[in-house]
Amino acid sequence: MEKSLNWYEFVITRLIKASGYSAILFVALIFFFLVREGVPALLEANLGSLLNTRWYPIEEHYGILPLITGSLIVTMGATLIAVPFGIGTAIYISEIAPRWMREILKPLVELLGGLPSVVLGFLGILVLSPYLRVLLDLPTGLTAFTGSLLLGGIAVPTVVSVAEDALDAVPRAYREGAWALGATRWQTIWRVTLPAARSGVLTAVMLGIGRAIGETMTVMMVTGNAPVLAIKLGSLFAPVRTMTATIAAEMGEVASGSTHYHVLFFIGMVLFLISLGVNVAASSVVFRTKKRAERILS
Amino acid sequence: MVDKITIENLSVQYADGTESLRDISLGIAEKAISVLFGPAGGGKSTLLRCLNRLNDLTEVKAAAGQILIDGQNILDPQVDVIALRRKVGMVFARPVVLPLSIRGNLTYGLELAGEKRRTKLDEAVERSLKLAAIWDEVKDRLDDPAIALSGGQQQRICLARVLALQPEIILLDEPTSGLDPISTGKVEAALQELKKEYTIILVPHSVQQAGRTADYAAFFLQGELVEYGEGKTLFTAPKEKQTEDYITGRFG
Amino acid sequence: MKRVLPNRHLTERIGFTAITLMAILTVLPIVAVVIYILFQGLPAISLGFLAGFPHDGMRAGGILPAIIGTIYLTIGTAIFSVPLGIAAAIYLSEYASDTPLTRTIRIAIINLAGIPSVVYGLFGLGLFVIFLNFGTSILAASLTLSIMTLPVIISTAEESLRSVPQAFRTVSISLGATRWQTIRRIVLKEALPGILTGVILGLERAAGETAPILFTGAAFFLPRLPQSPFDATMALPYHLFVISTQVPEMPIQIQYGTALVLLVFVLTMNLIATVIRSRARAKRQW
Repeated sequence: MEKSLNWYEFVITRLIKASGYSAILFVALIFFFLVREGVPALLEANLGSLLNTRWYPIEEHYGILPLITGSLIVTMGATLIAVPFGIGTAIYISEIAPRWMREILKPLVELLGGLPSVVLGFLGILVLSPYLRVLLDLPTGLTAFTGSLLLGGIAVPTVVSVAEDALDAVPRAYREGAWALGATRWQTIWRVTLPAARSGVLTAVMLGIGRAIGETMTVMMVTGNAPVLAIKLGSLFAPVRTMTATIAAEMGEVASGSTHYHVLFFIGMVLFLISLGVNVAASSVVFRTKKRAERILS
Repeated sequence: MVDKITIENLSVQYADGTESLRDISLGIAEKAISVLFGPAGGGKSTLLRCLNRLNDLTEVKAAAGQILIDGQNILDPQVDVIALRRKVGMVFARPVVLPLSIRGNLTYGLELAGEKRRTKLDEAVERSLKLAAIWDEVKDRLDDPAIALSGGQQQRICLARVLALQPEIILLDEPTSGLDPISTGKVEAALQELKKEYTIILVPHSVQQAGRTADYAAFFLQGELVEYGEGKTLFTAPKEKQTEDYITGRFG
Repeated sequence: MKRVLPNRHLTERIGFTAITLMAILTVLPIVAVVIYILFQGLPAISLGFLAGFPHDGMRAGGILPAIIGTIYLTIGTAIFSVPLGIAAAIYLSEYASDTPLTRTIRIAIINLAGIPSVVYGLFGLGLFVIFLNFGTSILAASLTLSIMTLPVIISTAEESLRSVPQAFRTVSISLGATRWQTIRRIVLKEALPGILTGVILGLERAAGETAPILFTGAAFFLPRLPQSPFDATMALPYHLFVISTQVPEMPIQIQYGTALVLLVFVLTMNLIATVIRSRARAKRQW
């Protein structure tokens, strides 16, 4: 009986160990395939032309700068929305809300995190964009701003969840020390709790940004898909094209192996490296939390 | 009295090299209560965990020496550790009942060993609960979750859990530290009965408990064995000054 | 002497109100979205809509193939990601020590979590559709979604396993259990509700994703339901995307109806996960 137990346990242990290593395998695999199909773009259309300002694949213009600025402007807008609202909501849930309210709010925020992005994009097209067009008197409602609004909503649950964990993790003794010294609850939040949770809140913001950069469907549906260089302030209220939307929109129509195909993979590679950078930075900000899972979840 | 366990020149270290136990040589008599006592940090718990190789799970390593149980060195890597742990049972300081029913807690060890027969399991449950002096209190609710019991009852369940495996040696690491005096008394009384059949090694949570229960006693101070002898003589007329100072409370 | 006291409390009043307002403004849209879609989409819901096939270029009829497709994809994702994810979590929680290798694994998981969904689509296209020659298929799409879902499952499962008190493991070992016996009988059993919650939430995310399946498995119109894993399939998120952006004269009601069905699918999973989580918390024996 002992013998068969040992053999069985040996096999199971091996399988478990192999599963543990699989994450590394997948990252490597993804990177490998992106590079395999993306690097040829550098050869077929040299780096200089890739950094052009004109994206017009039909005439072999593969300048990705407009796409990069498109992603940037939409992400910045989303961050400007998600960060204050996200941190504010996190402060509310963690420091101000009564217990019963907390039990309602947390599931609701988690719900927002679970809403499919295509549904938000859909509402963006049918409801938000016509409304904005009328409200702001624009030629079209499909703009970077519309995208930023929706993207902000998508990134908020990530920010709230991680920031709330960070605030929660601040030891009660810190707050009690401040109260004992005569601080109001508000002063305690701003001068004690928030600074103590600084690294976790920073992580929350970075992960929110990462989420915004990587979003595809919503931006594809509401930002207008015009690959123009978005560097003026007015660009916010004009159509743009993000990197993610470009890949999603054009991949279905390219011939496998063509230059256009390789350039799209190249853009994918760029996105991979950007998200790698953001996530490594976010995790190197030292922050141990019990609920790491929920952070990734939203 | 023949020695059940012989510890020869045992030295134990932490992963970073700091010593936990230094050159311990000690004989543990069978079918008696041997008490390892002394101030915190003395290495008593570490020694206990060497006896059932529980230290394998931690960063603590035996650097030198051997531990012979019935003549066999249990520190030898070839030893069947699983069988050893059934032979040498342990009760911990905080009552840790497994998230199972009372019956489930007691049959856990037997089921691990492959025992499936209902009759044998039920027999073991009743036998060990009686030995731990708790049968009458729980016999009608064996399928209730063990967590529903009081602290003192849980600790006796932990004792019964060990007894269900019919060990030869029972290790107890401050078993009554969280219990009220009545529960403590019940545990100590159970031990007095059990010592007729089992070799018992106890780390007490107070010198008084050591004095009450010890047939043999060993005084540990900062990883070294200072003195060892029969309980009666050691507590009334200790040979070493350090022992006397500790027993009388001059330091602790 | 400066009169500080009244100002402090006023600041607090204002501050609290502002923060509370922010929280409400964050949460209100969520509720509004759900209610709005519910009201706009409900009229479209009928047995014919849920169980029928589309006609007239999607402008009429039902969305059954999309519903079935999403179910197939969710099951496919579960088949690959759940065993692998839980096993990896067990490794990280019960076997791995703090070595550079373990840290690399954790970084890899964090990275997998952050990769944009469309990049997963590209990867799936490159590896499963083209290189392994599975073609645009449920298999390729499921595998792609699985890798995307893996980090979520691993993280929640590991969290859940770690939350089981260490004392249980020590006691189990001291009673003669091997490490795997301890995991199977005690740790895994106790962590299961938490793991299940994470799995359901991960699959919920996979069910709602469009970009990973765009080039790996989604088809706009199929005359019949998929017959094998190598067939392409319709799917709710993709269907909604296409009918709201690429079909001219698409009746709005059907669009909202589709959105509602997708929403209900996703929210139901969310609800199940939440219920499992709170019931487990109540029944916990530690």
